[in-house]
Amino acid sequence: MGVNPSAVVGIGQTKYNSVRDDVSIAGLCREAAKRALEDAEMSWSDIEAVVIGKAPDMFEGVVMPEAYLADALGAAGKPIIRVHTAGSVGGSTALVAASLVQGAIHERVLTVAFEKQSESDAMWALSRPIPFSPPTLAGAGGYFAPLIRAYIRRSGAPSHVGMMVAVKDRKNALKNPYAHLHMEDISMEKVEESPMLWDPIRYLETCPSSDGACAMVIAGEKTASSKSRTPAWIHATAMRSEPTMFAGRDAVNPRAGQDCARDLYSQAGITNPRKQIDMAEIYVPFSWYEPMWMENLGFADLGEGWKMTEEGATALDGDLPVNCSGGVLSTNPIGASGMIRFAEAALQVRSMAGDHQVPDCNLAMGHAYGGGSQYFAMWLVGANRPT
Amino acid sequence: MAETEAVDPNAPVTKISTPIELTYRFTAGRAASRFIKGLLDKKILGQRCPECLKVYVPPRGSCAACGVPTQEEVELPPSGIVTTFCVVNVPFYGQKIKIPYVTGTILLDGADIGFMHLLQEVEADEVRMGMRVEAIWQDEADMVPGLESIKYFRPTGEPDAPYDDYKEYV
Repeated sequence: MGVNPSAVVGIGQTKYNSVRDDVSIAGLCREAAKRALEDAEMSWSDIEAVVIGKAPDMFEGVVMPEAYLADALGAAGKPIIRVHTAGSVGGSTALVAASLVQGAIHERVLTVAFEKQSESDAMWALSRPIPFSPPTLAGAGGYFAPLIRAYIRRSGAPSHVGMMVAVKDRKNALKNPYAHLHMEDISMEKVEESPMLWDPIRYLETCPSSDGACAMVIAGEKTASSKSRTPAWIHATAMRSEPTMFAGRDAVNPRAGQDCARDLYSQAGITNPRKQIDMAEIYVPFSWYEPMWMENLGFADLGEGWKMTEEGATALDGDLPVNCSGGVLSTNPIGASGMIRFAEAALQVRSMAGDHQVPDCNLAMGHAYGGGSQYFAMWLVGANRPT
Repeated sequence: MAETEAVDPNAPVTKISTPIELTYRFTAGRAASRFIKGLLDKKILGQRCPECLKVYVPPRGSCAACGVPTQEEVELPPSGIVTTFCVVNVPFYGQKIKIPYVTGTILLDGADIGFMHLLQEVEADEVRMGMRVEAIWQDEADMVPGLESIKYFRPTGEPDAPYDDYKEYV
């Protein structure tokens, strides 16, 4: 790939919650960043640059929050870069941070992503009428529900598959102390009885609204090799995007996602992703997106993704565990949600995922998507330095 | 739980809501301007891409797939099919339509891309993929340059389109 080896050497997360009213946005970000620095055995002065991401400014109504957060993140006098790619932003932010190390611009970069949904109204912000169009927009669910209906029609998937994902991810969340939802009594019956919000999406098949921040320290080989804890080596990175509206677009199985995955695998010499990748943290805000992305990412053939869920292949003890952390379905501070996927993949290959650790995890995938399924960001991280 | 707790009038204020406002002008552009003016005359004007020959409605003045301008105008009928849909049952701040309501992706006959609109005069649980629908126009006094000039779409009662006829649009 012609890039310098780089690795995740520090990870910090806040305990995700519906309301963190004990801290400001700055306090929230600083909490995650401090934990990442402690994990990396570093202090603020070791950091050369900061890369930050969050969902659109309209959510909290704080315009260009990176300017006000520079002090809290120790970035005064240092470069600070903001990344914007809607819901996928946590992933793309990590990739921009990685590129600064891979390109030898910096040796140690702090990257942070956050959302404080309790101080925002995402449902309102995502439902603003489009000029010259009827006011039919109804949040992210209103956009994705017709695509999920289309997926079910195309694949012939039975309706319990969406409920299975909803239960699996909430059960996984019980093993992750940072997860927002800890639903001890989650069951297929509970999901089925929950209200239909955006038919065919039920309440318990959607993600929660969370407050939280996630941070990582990404460093070059010299720094990474000197750490007492195992680094998560970055084996491949890829980003792709496509317009949301064009004739002939496949919004259920977008080409940008397929191309992004193909690029990622080719960088790491992956020819059989399901076999060669040990676990994946995939952006699944609505339960049906697990089987949809399994197909888009080449883990399953077209129309077969739902069988992976049904057979238990994506469960914690399956052959491709997906969202062992509980995923977006259990924790959704929107801007941070992509970075949590990337960080959880890194925790797995560092064998630091605690009760939701996948045994012998050598290669893990982090994935994020955003907007109208038009932005994609992915990485592969490994326990061993890429050769 | 917080919502159900009684508010102590002597408790310190930790949070306030401060609505903000932003006024902006949105310029439709050439293709969309012809489209929205056409709607005032109950005409639906799309554009055909000179390369892939697909018909865009609303027209965007270009085809994002081929990367070329679109100029050829095509008038489309006010009827088509529902390719997919959603029954919205979520209340939210700023909502303009009473829930539950059905939004459908409407593919007009002769068009190659669908747009979202309201479906009415049908029970939510009777809406189907492939259902044939027609536009119901606003009263003269309520006509505006925009897709809101179509009040909603309703079923025509004709047989549903077979899935194979529209599956490439789903």
